Amino acid sequence: MNTSIQSSPISSSSEASWLSRFRDSDIWASFKRSKLTMVAAGIAVLFILAAICAGVLSPQDPFDPAQLELLNSRLPPIWDAEGQAPFLLGTDEQGRDIFSAILHGLRISLAVGILGVAFSATLGIALGLIAGYFGGFTDTLIMRIADVQLTFPAILIALLIDGVVKSVLGGELDAGTILSVLVFSIGLSFWVQYARTVRGSVLVEKNKDYVAAAKLIGLPASTILIKHILPNVTGPVLVIATINLALAIITEATLSFLGTGMPETMPSLGTLIRIGNNYLFSGEWWIVAFPSFALAMLVLSINLLGDWLRDALNPKLR
Amino acid sequence: MVAFIIRRVLQAVGVLFAVGIISFSMFRFAGDPVNQIVSIDTPAAQREEVRRSLGLSDPVPVQFTRYLINTVRGDFGISYQFRQPISDLLAERMPATLELAFCATVFAVAFGILMGVYSGLRRESFLSKLFQTLSLIGISLPTFLIGILLIYLFAVTLGWLPSYGRGDTVRVGWWTTGFLTLSGLMALILPSITLGLFQMTLIMRIVRSEMLEVLRTDYIKFARARGLTTRAIHFGHALKNTLIPVITIVGLQLGSVIAFSIITETVFQWPGMGLLFVQAVQNVDIPIMAAYLMLVALIFVMINLAVDILYTVVDPRLRSTIRQPV
Amino acid sequence: MGAPVLSVRNLKVEFVTRRGVLKAIDDVSFDIERGEVLGVVGESGAGKSVTGSAVIGLIDPPGRIAGGQILLNGERIDNMSPEQIRKVRGKRVGMIFQDPLTSLNPLYTVGEQLEETIQTHTNLTRAGARKRAVDLLAEVGIPAPDRRIDSYPHEFSGGMRQRVVIALALCADPELIIADEPTTALDVSVQAQVIALLKRLGRERGTAIMLVTHDMGVIAETADRVAVMYAGRIAEIGPVEKVVRQPLHPYAQGLMGAIPTLKGHIHRLTQIPGSMPRLSAIPPGCSFNPRCPFAFERCKVDRPEAIARYEHPVACHLYDQSSAKVEVASDR
Repeated sequence: MNTSIQSSPISSSSEASWLSRFRDSDIWASFKRSKLTMVAAGIAVLFILAAICAGVLSPQDPFDPAQLELLNSRLPPIWDAEGQAPFLLGTDEQGRDIFSAILHGLRISLAVGILGVAFSATLGIALGLIAGYFGGFTDTLIMRIADVQLTFPAILIALLIDGVVKSVLGGELDAGTILSVLVFSIGLSFWVQYARTVRGSVLVEKNKDYVAAAKLIGLPASTILIKHILPNVTGPVLVIATINLALAIITEATLSFLGTGMPETMPSLGTLIRIGNNYLFSGEWWIVAFPSFALAMLVLSINLLGDWLRDALNPKLR
Repeated sequence: MVAFIIRRVLQAVGVLFAVGIISFSMFRFAGDPVNQIVSIDTPAAQREEVRRSLGLSDPVPVQFTRYLINTVRGDFGISYQFRQPISDLLAERMPATLELAFCATVFAVAFGILMGVYSGLRRESFLSKLFQTLSLIGISLPTFLIGILLIYLFAVTLGWLPSYGRGDTVRVGWWTTGFLTLSGLMALILPSITLGLFQMTLIMRIVRSEMLEVLRTDYIKFARARGLTTRAIHFGHALKNTLIPVITIVGLQLGSVIAFSIITETVFQWPGMGLLFVQAVQNVDIPIMAAYLMLVALIFVMINLAVDILYTVVDPRLRSTIRQPV
Repeated sequence: MGAPVLSVRNLKVEFVTRRGVLKAIDDVSFDIERGEVLGVVGESGAGKSVTGSAVIGLIDPPGRIAGGQILLNGERIDNMSPEQIRKVRGKRVGMIFQDPLTSLNPLYTVGEQLEETIQTHTNLTRAGARKRAVDLLAEVGIPAPDRRIDSYPHEFSGGMRQRVVIALALCADPELIIADEPTTALDVSVQAQVIALLKRLGRERGTAIMLVTHDMGVIAETADRVAVMYAGRIAEIGPVEKVVRQPLHPYAQGLMGAIPTLKGHIHRLTQIPGSMPRLSAIPPGCSFNPRCPFAFERCKVDRPEAIARYEHPVACHLYDQSSAKVEVASDR
């Protein structure tokens, strides 16, 4: 688009005004009012930074078998008498540093979650726009599929899709492919809510005068949908996306925990918990406890942010 | 009323038909049914022979009809990994799942309503605030984490309860039950809490907010003006009016209870259908996955139907005025 | 005649809010005799309904009774324990609310609700309670009561539902009925029937009725005496023919000017300028002074007490001999 050409002279001032407008907004005000939300936001940012900087922060590359020493296996956390530097949170049975594994697992959990949400949002928004704008048979077909899918919990659908895709692809899959399969199955499990919201909004906007005017001057349907109707649904979509990010992370963790997600060669938090669960009875509690704690905090903080965003953007609800 | 139920039944059949198409597609196209019969080193000619004898060369609609008829008769085909009829496998494991789901629901409903009523009536008390905080955590945490936590606390650390399996079961006809032995009952406790916790927090939150809502209504004020006892007002009038949303939630959530039993059964190595399904996904055993999908769809649809009918029992207004589906 | 059925003495009701204590009822006194209908009128927010709720102890926090006494047949009921006052409610004092649609619990039949109330307050058996419920429904004019008793509230029309509500108020043969806007939510044609029913019950049973309404027409038709309330106080109280025909208080004059009459000459409907102050901003002196066409200096500083003149009390400085400004509006 041509905005990039003319943007340079005014960009700084418009950015500043955007920032000041944001500071004046209700959203910012309600954010500052809620201490819990601020704590949650702090934790979420911390987790995201930790995931991005995993390579720098972790003393060991948990995916590199060459760095693992069996001598260092099953070490307790560093504050225990038997703990050893640099293994802050102890090690697992392969001598893998739990802290490093959590950082890298966090990265994978977040990646699958964010990609899954992006995929389901794109799919849901597109289907919602199409269903709402064109109506008729297309609408009925899409919304019937949505109804049937909504009858079943997302985790079941994700498991089914995961199983079917693996069966179609066949054979042993490498970690990268498995990650894509996870993103695909999570994406397909969560599109319905976006589609319903967007469709509802399209049905409202479609009959307004500006859309009629845009049609009259001969703008193509795609332009009307994307430039005129889509901006109206940003708020609700953002709320759904935030809450779904927590759900997507839980779903990935659950699939990995069940043994149908990320493999042990490239563990996510769910995989780490699955591994650690085997050592629960032999007293090596740290192998399962720390990844579980990390997952719980991540999900809780994102959920709190989502709740706050929903209340802030739509004070009428609840 | 009758027309309403008939329409609901037709909708249910529609959903089942749609799921049947998906299930059939999985069965037919995602996995090769011939693999059910022959081993990997069977020559191609013999495979072709089996293919024809199974009717896999027939037109797809014919195959689909045959699949549906078989499904209705309870014939789901043969598992790749167990080499056994799937209907036998499911029948063997269904009691475990249903007993677990039943206990979880009873737990969720009983404690959810109790805690919800309490925190609705005593909004400011310490216990109510504690319930609210716990429910936030309960709703956020993944099921399997709660299971692990409970196992660590009550099985590993305290050693009070078993951490896996069903304990001793008793055979009653083809049904195996854990209700009749002490170890069977003990084994039910942790999985039921794990599975029911999410539903419990949901029910608690709904009962609480409904209680607050109902207590503000005119008929509660009028009930007080009539001099009824607090007890009669809270439990006779207010609670009954909160039950409709509770029925909705319990009904809709029963499906999730069945689905989430997949996770709970894996955590506790509970020999039910969910564990069978997870093993099927792990081993890419498509016929079991397809059969499980059909079975779960059937259970969901029947529950939804039952909930619709239950509404009319609780709410007299619906008995005479149902025109639109709720 | 003994003690009045209801005697309210210097009642004060306050609401404690974040912005301070609001006086919803400020020094209100009145009596209701056996078989008498006292109409309480005023604009919404004048404190009519709060007075009714205070009498049966249904003021919920943050509201509270801050002073005064309420006597029911000579017995104080304002300082009773919650359990004692509960036994008064429904048994000795019946209550009727504005909206019959929302006053009844939709999930129980009217019979169940009647029997429940009867059994709470009497020793009747279930069968006895049911018989009494049928009798009550017949008494309030519900056709085929033995059949209708098993119907749910949504199966009745608005007027019939209000009759059920009245039957519920009568369950234990109360000494007093408080009817809070009993006709406001009803169709005009049904209003007259419900009013006639209330009047008949009062006459036949000797029940005292406190009729709270903002509808002067209903008052003129039903009440024996009228209390005009303004901003939590009684402006004027007296026999209905006096207060309606020859109101003394400027506010009452304005209010009566607002009744359309059918007979006689076409009256110009007058309107009182301005609106009632909010409880948080009641002006000093007479609370009506900013809207009063006759206000003078004293009205802005001195709160008028009720003075008995023309046989009924009125709280206005115009009628105080000492302020010597009487000629303005005494005869109209």
